[in-house]
Amino acid sequence: MSKQDPRGLSLPRRRFVQGLTLGGIAAGFGLFRSGDVFAAAGASRAQLSGTYFELDIGELPVDFTGRKRVATVVNGQLPAPLLRWRQGDTVTIRVRNRLAVTSSIHWHGIVLPADMDGVPGLSFDGIPPGGEYVYRFTVNQAGTYWYHSHSRFQEQTGLYGPIVIEPRNERHAVQREHVILFSDWTDTDPERIFANLKKQSDYYNIGKRTAGDFLRDAGQRGLAQALGERRMWNQMRMDPTDLADVSAMTYTYLINGSTPAGNWTGLFDAGEKVRLRFINGSSMTFFDVRIPGLKMTVVAADGQPIDPVTVDEFRIATAETYDVIVEPAADRAWTIFAQSMDRSGFARATLAPRSGMVADVPALDPRPLLAMGDMMGQMQHGGMSHDMPGMAPDHGDMSHASMRGSGPEIDMRVMQPRNNLDDPGVGLRGNGRRVLSYADLHAVDAPISPRVDRELTLHLTGNMERYLWSFDGTRFSDTGPIQLRYGEHVRVVLINDTMMTHPIHLHGMWSELESPDGAFQVRKHTVVVQPAQRLAYRVSADAIGRWAYHCHLLYHMEAGMMREVVVA
Amino acid sequence: MKRLSIAFLLGSVSSLVCAQQTKPADDMQGMSMDDMPGMSMPHQHHDMPSAPAPASSSVLPPNDHVPPPPPQHVMDAMTQHPMDDAMDMHDTGTRGMLLIDRLERTRTTGGDNATAWEGEGWWGSDIDRLWLRSEGERERNATHDAYVDLLWGHAWTTYWDGQLGLRQDIGNGPKRQWLAVGVQGLAPYWFETQATFYAGEQGRTALRLESSYDVLFTQRLILTPRIEVNLYSRNDPQRAIRAGLSEAEAGLRLRYEFSRRFAPYIGVSWTYRRIAGAPSNVLLDTAAHETTWVAGIRFWF
Repeated sequence: MSKQDPRGLSLPRRRFVQGLTLGGIAAGFGLFRSGDVFAAAGASRAQLSGTYFELDIGELPVDFTGRKRVATVVNGQLPAPLLRWRQGDTVTIRVRNRLAVTSSIHWHGIVLPADMDGVPGLSFDGIPPGGEYVYRFTVNQAGTYWYHSHSRFQEQTGLYGPIVIEPRNERHAVQREHVILFSDWTDTDPERIFANLKKQSDYYNIGKRTAGDFLRDAGQRGLAQALGERRMWNQMRMDPTDLADVSAMTYTYLINGSTPAGNWTGLFDAGEKVRLRFINGSSMTFFDVRIPGLKMTVVAADGQPIDPVTVDEFRIATAETYDVIVEPAADRAWTIFAQSMDRSGFARATLAPRSGMVADVPALDPRPLLAMGDMMGQMQHGGMSHDMPGMAPDHGDMSHASMRGSGPEIDMRVMQPRNNLDDPGVGLRGNGRRVLSYADLHAVDAPISPRVDRELTLHLTGNMERYLWSFDGTRFSDTGPIQLRYGEHVRVVLINDTMMTHPIHLHGMWSELESPDGAFQVRKHTVVVQPAQRLAYRVSADAIGRWAYHCHLLYHMEAGMMREVVVA
Repeated sequence: MKRLSIAFLLGSVSSLVCAQQTKPADDMQGMSMDDMPGMSMPHQHHDMPSAPAPASSSVLPPNDHVPPPPPQHVMDAMTQHPMDDAMDMHDTGTRGMLLIDRLERTRTTGGDNATAWEGEGWWGSDIDRLWLRSEGERERNATHDAYVDLLWGHAWTTYWDGQLGLRQDIGNGPKRQWLAVGVQGLAPYWFETQATFYAGEQGRTALRLESSYDVLFTQRLILTPRIEVNLYSRNDPQRAIRAGLSEAEAGLRLRYEFSRRFAPYIGVSWTYRRIAGAPSNVLLDTAAHETTWVAGIRFWF
């Protein structure tokens, strides 16, 4: 498939994909003086540290694509300022809301009392227009985290920022570090994006298969093969190109608030060890990240230290964070290249000894197709296939492997989910690079939940055609909370009955991912469940209160893929 | 209720929290799932391992997790509606859409010009909707073959809505009213499909079937074959309807989506029509084929 060139890349779309060179807010604002370690050339990013913080939520005119829009920002910045805390400190954050609507800030991945969690309706009433809320909690953890609004679509319009918590004992000494925060900017009102998806769920899919693709496949693999493979998908009314609900058709992907053309640049001196704190603060986008020419040693996932693992590439889901260490030895520039999972666009930044230097920007990979295993889970013959998109298995397989769901909320049930963690995901299978998978993540310390008292199984469900998303086929507003007993240890089993990848985030408590054989593996706050996958994690119900539990794809959450979890 | 239990717990929690903190790494040695207290095995997984491998994790150093203190201010439990408001969560909210699928000028090979339309609008939730559908043709200042459906639609299955409502004929001839029951949705292989059964006065019944399919040449250039069939139980000469297969239409329309919401198109349509003569004179019944060129726009909002 020669789909790497997003077809119809007309001038306006090029502008979305690449953005403006001097776009965003960097143009209008002087450079903030930044600390030695955080020197960021070409972009302004304030860093706030200490134990007392004042954050003002407001609006700011921005221009990323040549069109003026209004962003939701903190202290006049997009992304919001980097908050630098110290492990063990008690921090106080006074947040004022200068918007005309209720706002909120949620500290993603931070363990804190329920009334400090920042979810309107569950933690507190929200911060009313003109009002303020004082957050105060003790930070007992360390690592890379982030914060964002939990009110409607404010996260999409710019309200997100990084958090770095310095550990008492640093495991990996580095000479320099940079925060790399991804986001997806759109000039379109998010309410309109949501409405578009509800009215035409493939609105933003610009990689659908065409008659030309069919002829090419038929030419390459034979008419019967091409027909048979399409027959399966079409009979099921499933689309193998359905990789991202919202694409670069409307998104411009940002790194630290800079467009690809704006090229945010992080400085280093040759020979230094550089820690890159990757945060995916996007609303809907999975990024596949690599730095061509540099090996990346992943040392933390979701803020939690892991056994170092060296890779060429990793996929970072919305709300996940990864810390990687790179050692750029030469006096040259390297490109940080992060293509969206659907290959419709990319975010780009540069690591360089001096600002102004650039390195080659690679081409987008070919747009992948979902494999049959993404619909059916375990294949009947020979386990999970890291299979080719074009393969056409026996049509008989499908009937028992995946069954049509009943009722409007569900379009699919996976009867035999796969439970392997070593699949890097669609588009990354067998690409010739060493790609991180969840099987590579191993915590360096003991689990919070050494045992399991109870098991709770939830299906991730949806109907793509109607754009309905839910747990167990029931949307948030149609059901009550999940009850956990204070002090119990629960194994949460998630079975993804959809063909989309979902980052599932539980507030207030860690999700301790288990290996397929049930052993503790790694502690995360956001767990990615691939299509047709079953995975399990342990939750220690040690945080009293009412907590949100949801898919962190923003439009999935707003469509109802959310539950309240009550610990009492 | 919920508030009471949380408040009750607040008092006793601090001691639990302290006890919890010292726990982490020590009491996990030799754990296996077999001896987990209160462990309830799930219904659907028989492949649970009987003994996980705790060996690797048992040697890990303690983590630095500290459970949080309970909240000082507990949100009152709310009913769903106020909570949705507080969250600004509208996952079961209502919205509406208007789709003008065809708004076209037509010209038969015989040189007759007309304007035709077909559109639908809905308002409601994801599950229950009020539908308005209309289709018809206007030629020489007269409207014919036109109707309006007003339907309640309910999403019964993954891809199908059931519909129930009324049809009002408009334009030339008697303004007949019908009860309507039908389905609308997506058939396997991505055929957008409608089937509606109508029951009218004097025992008249009718059936309308419509289906279309999108063939993508590019992401924007889309060819849509479409068929529509109208069947009636009784002759209705005043509306030029003959019992049985009254009308069949097949069309090909090629549209270019400047945006998803707006696409002009050109196309061609073939119509087969059987027209009843005067009630007592079957000899006047006629059948006609007609080829029509069309140009129009499709849009929605």
